[in-house]
Amino acid sequence: MTETLDRPLEHPAGVLPYGAHARGVDHLDLLEAHAIFVMREVAAECRAPVLLCSGGKDSAVLLRLAEKAFRPGRFPFPVLHVDTGHNFPEVIAFRDRRLHELGERLIVASVQASIDQGRVADPGACGSRNRLQSVALLDAIDEHRFDACFGGARRDEDKARAKERVLSFRDDRGRWDPKRQRPELWHLYSGQLLPGEHLRAFPLSDWTELDVWQYVAREAIDLPSIYFAHSRRVIERDGMLLAVSPWVQPRPGERVSEQTVRFRTVGDATCTGAVASEASTLEQIIAETAASRISERGATRADDRFSESAMEDRKREGYF
Amino acid sequence: MDLLRLAAVGSVDDGKSTLIGRLLHDTKQLFDDQLAAVAQASARQGTHAVDLSFVTDGLRAEREQGITIDVAYRYAATPTRKLVIADCPGHVQYTRNMATGASNADVALVVVDARRGLRDQTRRHTCIAALLGVRHLVVAANKMDLVDWQPRPYHQVIEDMAALADALAIETVTVVPVSALHGDNVAVSSSNAPWYGGPTILDALESVPLRPATGGRERPTRLPVQWVLRQPGGGRAYAGMVSGGALAPGDPVVVLPGGRRASITSVTVADRVLAEAPAGLSVAVELDTDLDVSRGDLLAGPVDLPSVTEHLEATVCWFAEGPLHAGADYRVKHTTRVVPGRVVAVAGRLDVRSLALEPCAQLDENDIGTVSLALSEPLVVDDYRENRVTGSFVLIDPATNATVAAGMIGPFHLGPTGTTPAPG
Repeated sequence: MTETLDRPLEHPAGVLPYGAHARGVDHLDLLEAHAIFVMREVAAECRAPVLLCSGGKDSAVLLRLAEKAFRPGRFPFPVLHVDTGHNFPEVIAFRDRRLHELGERLIVASVQASIDQGRVADPGACGSRNRLQSVALLDAIDEHRFDACFGGARRDEDKARAKERVLSFRDDRGRWDPKRQRPELWHLYSGQLLPGEHLRAFPLSDWTELDVWQYVAREAIDLPSIYFAHSRRVIERDGMLLAVSPWVQPRPGERVSEQTVRFRTVGDATCTGAVASEASTLEQIIAETAASRISERGATRADDRFSESAMEDRKREGYF
Repeated sequence: MDLLRLAAVGSVDDGKSTLIGRLLHDTKQLFDDQLAAVAQASARQGTHAVDLSFVTDGLRAEREQGITIDVAYRYAATPTRKLVIADCPGHVQYTRNMATGASNADVALVVVDARRGLRDQTRRHTCIAALLGVRHLVVAANKMDLVDWQPRPYHQVIEDMAALADALAIETVTVVPVSALHGDNVAVSSSNAPWYGGPTILDALESVPLRPATGGRERPTRLPVQWVLRQPGGGRAYAGMVSGGALAPGDPVVVLPGGRRASITSVTVADRVLAEAPAGLSVAVELDTDLDVSRGDLLAGPVDLPSVTEHLEATVCWFAEGPLHAGADYRVKHTTRVVPGRVVAVAGRLDVRSLALEPCAQLDENDIGTVSLALSEPLVVDDYRENRVTGSFVLIDPATNATVAAGMIGPFHLGPTGTTPAPG
């Protein structure tokens, strides 16, 4: 928005103008305002929302936006972590620290529990549990009777996501039907559901990876340390750098090396790759993100490399 | 950085997705791995060259059929603008998806096959975009390579588009001769059209004036209340997005539909106190008087008050498979309020060729027409031409929850403000 305010801004003592641009509103202001609007709208129209939190940067931004939407009140929803059991310890530490600061309720839906209950097959000690998250999530939705899940998905992540509405309706098995999306005009989001249905709400739909980093910097949002360059033992596999962990061990012929890396996304440790990077400050990460030639998921997610429709197929099964 | 929302519209096969793919490619917004995936998909479909339409046609069914079914959102940035691009489907069958993409757009990028000129669907899309409030068009006269870059088809597009834009009260139209396939005049000037000295598509998008929208203190203040926040001291703050004018401490407001008056004592976003909040920001305000204010109410400045009404005259785009006729009951969602409403009359249907309104008894799927609605509770409304937020609504089928219509409040009007309506 280039429109500036007509009258000169005269601030009473102690009252600050909005943001760095005292006389205008920039793209981050508008993205923030829209995300807050979506969160309030869903909270008002749905009976039992929940906020999905992976402990990654997008959910850290969602938590900050929820504060902006609902403070000084409490969040009108709990926070849900779908835990694959294959975690980076830094991420779990961050999750617990942040939720403690916020004083909000955390629910953990465990993929291990789904495996123990025989709800899903164990892919083995070193198999990816990313896809199994859908079952744990849908079970949690059933158990707590959630009717709306806030997620940090962005349309710039993937071509199927690029087609998804801000409010994405799911049937009783959590399935997305791309041919039956509701028209979403203006800011008129309709959150009304039939029995058995629920919706996923994506307040960050129009944000790009770069927007997220710029916002993290502007708002001084706390993140897990693995987003910043650090030294780590990694294995190069399928063109990705996988962190050595109890679940990722060198296969015959693979070599472990110590490298300076950071993570662009946070997910199941078995399928989330690191990128070689010296970027240890937000400014350096923003510069690196702006210059990157590889997409966020392309660089870091083995699960999206299976096929051209990997994300669409997972969404049809109830994935985030 | 500014935010510009654009909707790519036009008839099927005229090349919208290819143009968007080209725009992203030539502005270096495509990542190497995305390009590699597009190249692979092109090869699998037997396409000789890299088919850039695969960049936005992200669903399996779309790639199989070579058409766009639903809106794809893509993002690009120029040195001064972040672009939010809605690539809209061209098929009549998916008009509701096109309206979804255009409802928040500042500018429509209209793609026309220069060989074929303006088609009915081009007119329908341009007309819907204009009705939705888009005031600027950037027109790509596409596939110029297939007419050997002869200027005549390009000039025909200018002539036809100018006539259409006149009738639709469009403020600016820029027609650019392009080949999306080869990239001529998309982001880079082409030497294939020495007779053309105008901007590229990208230049044109960078210079589109941004919508003054509903912002600025001279515009009537509107804040639909979304949520009530309880303050620790026992007070309440009213949260919502500023949807007209600007809010500042000390401003008097009227709480509608009730009509009680108060003054704003603070405007905040969480812990940040604002001196003034222009339209577009989500804020919370406190009042100096303890009033009963809840979700669905609207705070308005004391001048230029909106109407409080149980009767709406509106232009609607009808999306459902079955017809819309008098006597049908729907839920009306308007700002943050949902009320039951009944269609009292269907008055007319827009002929997209003549742009005339013809009398009719019902609207069929993808028709644009005029209706009157009786509401069971009052809404606080403005004319759509005055305010896109307080002037719009959707109709929801109470049995299925499907969104079946997009509505724009006020008398049917295509021409410029203040002139005689009903062209044709």
